[in-house]
Amino acid sequence: MSYWEFLVEQGPRFVDGALITAVQFALAAVLAIAIALLAGLMKLSSNPLIKGSAVIYIELFRGTSLLVQLYWIFFVLPLFGLTLEKFTAGFVAVGMNLGAYGAELVRGGIQSVPRGQWEAAYSLSMSPAKRMWRIILPQALLNMLPPWGNLLIELLKGTALVSLISVADLMFEAKQINGSTYLSAQTFGTALIIYYLFARVLVTPFMRWLEQVMLRKLGRTE
Amino acid sequence: MEDMSRYPLQLEGADVPMVSFKNVTKAYGSLTVLENLDLDIREGEMVSVIGPSGSGKTTVLRMLMLERIQQGVIYVNGKPITHMEKNGGLVPADDKYLRKAREPIGMCFQHFNLFPHMTALQNCMEGPVQVLGMSKRAARERSEDLLELVGMIDKKDQHPSRLSGGQQQRVAIARALAMRPKVMLFDEVTSALDPEVIGEVTNVIKKLVAEHNLTMLMVTHQMGFAKDISDRVCFFFGGKIEEQGPPEQLFDHPQKERTQQFLSAVKSAD
Repeated sequence: MSYWEFLVEQGPRFVDGALITAVQFALAAVLAIAIALLAGLMKLSSNPLIKGSAVIYIELFRGTSLLVQLYWIFFVLPLFGLTLEKFTAGFVAVGMNLGAYGAELVRGGIQSVPRGQWEAAYSLSMSPAKRMWRIILPQALLNMLPPWGNLLIELLKGTALVSLISVADLMFEAKQINGSTYLSAQTFGTALIIYYLFARVLVTPFMRWLEQVMLRKLGRTE
Repeated sequence: MEDMSRYPLQLEGADVPMVSFKNVTKAYGSLTVLENLDLDIREGEMVSVIGPSGSGKTTVLRMLMLERIQQGVIYVNGKPITHMEKNGGLVPADDKYLRKAREPIGMCFQHFNLFPHMTALQNCMEGPVQVLGMSKRAARERSEDLLELVGMIDKKDQHPSRLSGGQQQRVAIARALAMRPKVMLFDEVTSALDPEVIGEVTNVIKKLVAEHNLTMLMVTHQMGFAKDISDRVCFFFGGKIEEQGPPEQLFDHPQKERTQQFLSAVKSAD
């Protein structure tokens, strides 16, 4: 069988898997960003309780394996009465894990905004929330976009693990196809290319575009 | 703990100063930068603060706007800003009270600190809209008037990155004025500027002195400018006011030896 015939025959399954991977990626990314923002801000709090819970969260999810976390959420939490569907468990685990890494990016991005910006916002009597939301975060966001690009690619690759709890993503479909055709090189080669294209054609250009938009808001483009 | 009963809850009387430092001490860790400062500034008065670096002169402004003090009380318009009333006595102000109490004060910084993601106009409108709750329309009108005053109306839609230092500083002055402060603080506002644009900023400040009844406190290295526009000049040395007086007296006939040394050192550097 030529590679072309293989593709025609297995194409629909690759497409199905890729779509699930895309949805897992999108949901995990949204969750990761929300968690990163929250935990990053909490880590900067002067309240030891708030700061402490952020530190514990970040240490726990950054310091242990994503696969183990995935198994915990899918296989162990039900023992404590919390059962998540495998699809949900998949993106929740990936999002919570990468969110812990993202929290450090948020914290670093905020701390890299010059002190003078805080002082200027304070001198206008802006409330702490408005200072953060209107003055500091928009500038922090620009500082953290490049590392977020990296993190989102990590996140995309991380979603492959959800195949291990039988979410029918790209990796899961690839394993199925391999099992029925034994054409390992073609199967995993195709999966590899699709993952690469996802990152290269979707994630990276999107982040570049976002950076341009932000720069334009700062009046820094030509 | 300091005995607060020696400080009045409010300053009263016909001649209440706009800004009043009473026995104020400020330290960073074990380093005391200002000690037992007493300084009154009348409404509409322009006071310049000069002195060698490390003399505590910038700290005078920062205590009014940005930092907490270890001892003493600062009053603005007769009301304490560093302390609030509780059970008939003064206790250190909480963050919210402090922020509110500082509303009548505006500040301009050495490095301008304009918000880079906003245009000149948006920078000026930010305070009135977000803090004073003004409508966008009213805030825009007020901001445009002020940009006109500082000669920056042509550049109102530019972001700070497109403006020179002198232009940025003028926008920063307009931004502070947009909050309608009673007291303006200028912290070495010309120190980061190229020599050829210093004049455009000092001219704006001169205009404010001439046309507006603002109380101003200015830290500066520009002795000529300070002499021109100040009602009073304070020479700081080692965390204390070493000498103060009208500019002609302080610059032309300084009494204290340290003042003389400082002024002659500055002169020979020019």
